[in-house]
Amino acid sequence: MRPAEIIRMALGSLGANKLRSALTMLGITIGVFSVIGVMTAVSALRGSIEQGISFLGSNIFQFAKWPINGGSPQGRRKYELRRDITLEQGLRFMRLMEGSADIICLKTFEQRRGGQAFYNGRKTPPGLTFGGTNEHFLSANQFSIDLGRNLTPDDVDLARPVILIGADVRKRLFPSEDPISKVIKFNDHTYTVVGVFAEKGNQFGRSGDSIAMVPITRFLNDYGVEGHTVNIATQAPNQTVYNALMDRAITAMRIARGLAPEQENDFEIYSNDSIISIFASVADVVAAGSFVISGIALLAAGVGIMNIMLVSVTERTKEIGIRKSLGARRKSILTQFLLEAVAISLAGGLLGILLGVVGGNAIAMLLKAGAIFPWQWAFIGLVVCSGIGVGFGFYPAWKAARLDPIEALRFE
Amino acid sequence: MSPAPSTSAAPRATRAPGATVIEIDGVTKLYKMGAETVHALRGVSLNVRRNEYLAIMGPSGSGKSTLMNMLGCLDTPTSGRYFFGGKNVSTMTDDELADIRNREIGFVFQTFNLLPRSTALANVELPLVYAGLGSTARREKAGLTLANVGLGDRMGHKPNELSGGQRQRVAIARALVNNPSILLADEPTGNLDSRTGEEIMQLLEELYAQGNTIIVVTHEEDIARHARRIVRLRDGLIESDVSQA
Repeated sequence: MRPAEIIRMALGSLGANKLRSALTMLGITIGVFSVIGVMTAVSALRGSIEQGISFLGSNIFQFAKWPINGGSPQGRRKYELRRDITLEQGLRFMRLMEGSADIICLKTFEQRRGGQAFYNGRKTPPGLTFGGTNEHFLSANQFSIDLGRNLTPDDVDLARPVILIGADVRKRLFPSEDPISKVIKFNDHTYTVVGVFAEKGNQFGRSGDSIAMVPITRFLNDYGVEGHTVNIATQAPNQTVYNALMDRAITAMRIARGLAPEQENDFEIYSNDSIISIFASVADVVAAGSFVISGIALLAAGVGIMNIMLVSVTERTKEIGIRKSLGARRKSILTQFLLEAVAISLAGGLLGILLGVVGGNAIAMLLKAGAIFPWQWAFIGLVVCSGIGVGFGFYPAWKAARLDPIEALRFE
Repeated sequence: MSPAPSTSAAPRATRAPGATVIEIDGVTKLYKMGAETVHALRGVSLNVRRNEYLAIMGPSGSGKSTLMNMLGCLDTPTSGRYFFGGKNVSTMTDDELADIRNREIGFVFQTFNLLPRSTALANVELPLVYAGLGSTARREKAGLTLANVGLGDRMGHKPNELSGGQRQRVAIARALVNNPSILLADEPTGNLDSRTGEEIMQLLEELYAQGNTIIVVTHEEDIARHARRIVRLRDGLIESDVSQA
């Protein structure tokens, strides 16, 4: 018997029970949808990160007290015990690096309460990113100025009460006014707006425009040094000197921190690469989680397929008897029912892949990542669905194949 | 097809029997039904030769259904031997039996047993599908066979769009399409009114005249009278085996 015939038979009998086939299919579709959706979103995000969305500017590495993800709960204590990186240490570091790296950004942030801005009866929502920095914040963090000017070395030296605001803050406070030179209240103090950041858009679900920065000296004067550790971002002039510069910078940082040779570094070093790898490990956990959940969903769907196939075998006992009386071998019957199960499973899987790719890319789009088609996951999905069809379809098909033709023919 | 004339008035040609097709020797069949053992066949010996037209008769419980299942290779004997075309069926595997049913035996059932969702043509094609024939050859052969039983214009109809007589003709076409050695009909007129039944018997008569070997299992004397030889069963044994002109 030819394979094409068996496929035609299998599809024919599915068509005869459209609603039932569709409902059984749905279970598979949901399982595949969830895994493909998550995988698509994760792959799309990962892809766009690797294609050059940078958390930091190019050729930049950063020193900080805290690791980027705050450290594991068990490891937290180690970082808590570290001394804060102070402004003085940062300035010492800058002096030591003079001549080899000109662009060094010092920055510190209000971690606990964030910021809220007020002007003329209008206010922003609380929780703005708020901190103090120097004139190199722009290049180190890939910001640019849309309106007004950047911070200057004088602003920092003199601790001037001036502020740079993000596009969101401007929209809230100055819907129709020129914000430059206006005095706004920010948290507990007042500042003169000197510049507005160019719009950055959302990145990974967070607005890059809900931000305001003041000179780091002013910030520490206004809010105290307590709890305000300084992050130091250093930009290498080009890729070729990057590694050598990082070596030199680590030495300079150790001197600035006053570490003895036998002490290990009491600061974290991170680069775009290390941030990407942290994101990747988070993405892996998300992917693994969705994998397990989808696996359970698919298992349940497989049981559904088995159930429906058993019903189908019972209902079609007479048909099986007729086919056997006409010379169908066990294998022909087995293959026919097995293919029905696989067809249900595969059709459900295809639909799930389609929906998953659309849904996953929609999420990726919301997070400003490019659309992708996860060929690898789609292929794995189809293989798994075939496996489910065969695995859960086998027992019913085997039951059909070994029916006694006389009993089957007598069945009404 | 013209309506069948009264059979008693029709002159009948009896064709000379050919080589032995079926050879049954001392066959018994036991069934376990709960705690009881039923002796459906208690030692039946029977030869059927090519070009025979045989009726197997007997009241219900006589073992004629069991014998028919055995003849049709749907079942194997408990003891005794069964040769089909010289091959020992008693020891065959399920798949070998399936192949014999496919190539050598054409079944005609009382309840037609057509696949309800398939067209007449698709039903007739089915044995050819299991024989592994290509779709073009299959369609051609099935079409010719349907035309031969007078249903050339009903090929695209599904069973529920056909009358009882037409359905049985489709079933007969399906039984014949693979050129089997024997046509095995189980109460072929049992679900038909007497006039339609008579038409079906006339068709079997024609098929016999064309060279087919036919075995009809029935409990009706009227139907059995069409055959050239009548085997009567009682209590799992052959009571009589009579050839008639």
